[in-house]
Amino acid sequence: MTAAADALVAGRSREPARHSMTTRVIIYGVLVLFAIVYLLPLVVMVMTSLKPLDEVTGGNMFYFPHDLTFEPWKKAWGTTCVGLTCEGIKGYVWNSVRMVVPAVLISTLLGALNGYVLTKWRFPGHKLVFGMMLFACFIPFQSVLIPMAMILGKLGALGQTLIDATGFSWGFGNPTVNLVLVHVVYGLGFTTLFFRNYYETFPTELVKAAQIDGASFFQIFRRILLPNSAPIFIVTVIYQFTNIWNDFLFGSTFAAGDSSPMTVALYNIVNTSTGVIEYNVNMAAAIIAAAPTLVVYILAGRYFVRGLMAGAVKG
Amino acid sequence: MTTAIDPVVAYAVEGPRPGLKDHLRDWIPRLVLAPSFALVLIFVYGFNLWTLLISFTNSKAFANFNFIGWGNYAKLWTWTFETDPPSNWYTALVNMVIFGGLYVIFCLVLGLALAILLDQKIRGEGILRPLYLYPLALSFIVTGTAWKLFLDPRIGLEKAVHDLGWTSFHFDWVVNPRMMIYCVAIAGIWQTSGFVMAMFLAALRGIDGEILKAAQIDGASAYATYRRIIIPMMRPVFMSALIILTHMAIKSYDLVLSVTGKNPGGAAELPSTFMYSYTFTRNQMAVGSASAIIMLMTIAAIMVPYLYSELREKH
Repeated sequence: MTAAADALVAGRSREPARHSMTTRVIIYGVLVLFAIVYLLPLVVMVMTSLKPLDEVTGGNMFYFPHDLTFEPWKKAWGTTCVGLTCEGIKGYVWNSVRMVVPAVLISTLLGALNGYVLTKWRFPGHKLVFGMMLFACFIPFQSVLIPMAMILGKLGALGQTLIDATGFSWGFGNPTVNLVLVHVVYGLGFTTLFFRNYYETFPTELVKAAQIDGASFFQIFRRILLPNSAPIFIVTVIYQFTNIWNDFLFGSTFAAGDSSPMTVALYNIVNTSTGVIEYNVNMAAAIIAAAPTLVVYILAGRYFVRGLMAGAVKG
Repeated sequence: MTTAIDPVVAYAVEGPRPGLKDHLRDWIPRLVLAPSFALVLIFVYGFNLWTLLISFTNSKAFANFNFIGWGNYAKLWTWTFETDPPSNWYTALVNMVIFGGLYVIFCLVLGLALAILLDQKIRGEGILRPLYLYPLALSFIVTGTAWKLFLDPRIGLEKAVHDLGWTSFHFDWVVNPRMMIYCVAIAGIWQTSGFVMAMFLAALRGIDGEILKAAQIDGASAYATYRRIIIPMMRPVFMSALIILTHMAIKSYDLVLSVTGKNPGGAAELPSTFMYSYTFTRNQMAVGSASAIIMLMTIAAIMVPYLYSELREKH
């Protein structure tokens, strides 16, 4: 995994390809053309979000804003209507943050421990266990939605009972807690896969030596593996962060109304059937929704790519 | 792979008197893995089984356990051939073939083309490559929102081309129920082709330079080298990409909803949206479950052999 991704990042290990001038111009032309095509939707989004509405509906989407305005951004953030409440998307961003942070941390930590066990403390049947966890990554989530909804409903009822009995729900039935649970469960396969493949290449001799010196299971993990795991932690955290932040299916199914995450709120803003379609506000909201993952991509692109590759090809 | 030395065994050999403490120590790794595995067993395998059970009942808005045998599958089977007027299931399957086919083929072709072009010792590769990849960091909801605006005939591409002077240009696919699914494919290809490019590029970079040098010495043209040596060597990556893309196509859900704006009239129905609407809005949970099981089986038929071969190769 890392070798391939590093080769991708580092590049040029082979002899230079020799092409005529014309060929080179064509190659560059095609590559730049595609880069423009890939960039256009984002550029149009940004420009649209900076125009007043009449300029969007009356003008050309490829023109630069004539009357540059930040009003759509202010409106998207603070006052646009999501469903019946008109307080902008700021609350939903916060919902997403509260969901993403614990879900990413828990699933990553569990993945690290699982990977450690599955490579350095193998037991009979470890391959089957890993295979079953791996397949869990790829199931269509439609096939677990109904039971999940039923179980979460039961947890909600339990929370209500606890409120009656103790005055506090202890987190049962809280939509954010529910989504954290869901994302941890369905993210475990990937995090385990990442750490397993990473620890696979970690010298077992070191673990064995520490063992003979009397180090315990957790001591070995903390003192020997963890200090050497920074890259895979970054990869996993980024992968999980992107996936969970961008999730829509679970968010829209299990967290309705004010407790929904950002993607669901954006979808509701864009697809509202009442009033004038405020394209500029919609685009501002979309950029705000995309910003966290885009920033991560810009800052840590190579780890992002590594995660993607690791999620697809194991080798 | 060479056998990993099992520290558990190693310790047992070192320590002469295994006591209760040692037994506990042997069990710690398994105890650490157990919660994760239990979660996966319940929330993935248990829930799939549960959905399977529901698909054999006559559950409507709520799940019940009045078993009716294969009735729901029989219903879906009949709907498969109900073309006039088309049943929702028929539309979903046809759209699946259109969307899936276009998505997989174009992602593979574009990905391979971009990877080969980028592999020609391109100056500025570090700038170009991230531009093809950034859509992957976006949520499908954001992608859908962007493309919905971009292709909107009133303010998007059609209008922009009219402004350029080509007034007969007509492109209303995104609001035309019969063509919507093609717009979903366009947005999907835009989002994912960069990922395939990265996979192919990593594979290209992994090819031994000596082989290429030998081909060059033998007087093979660049085209022949690619056609006869490089592309055949990439078959494993090609298979991986094909499988990952197919599975992503089947799971596509958010993108359809956001590009089409709530899938008006079910025009862009896919099995994933079919399942959702039958289960949660049309009160036909059992039919929804049956469709979810069909999705699951299709994905299992693709992923299980793939994961099996990937796991077996390495260990």
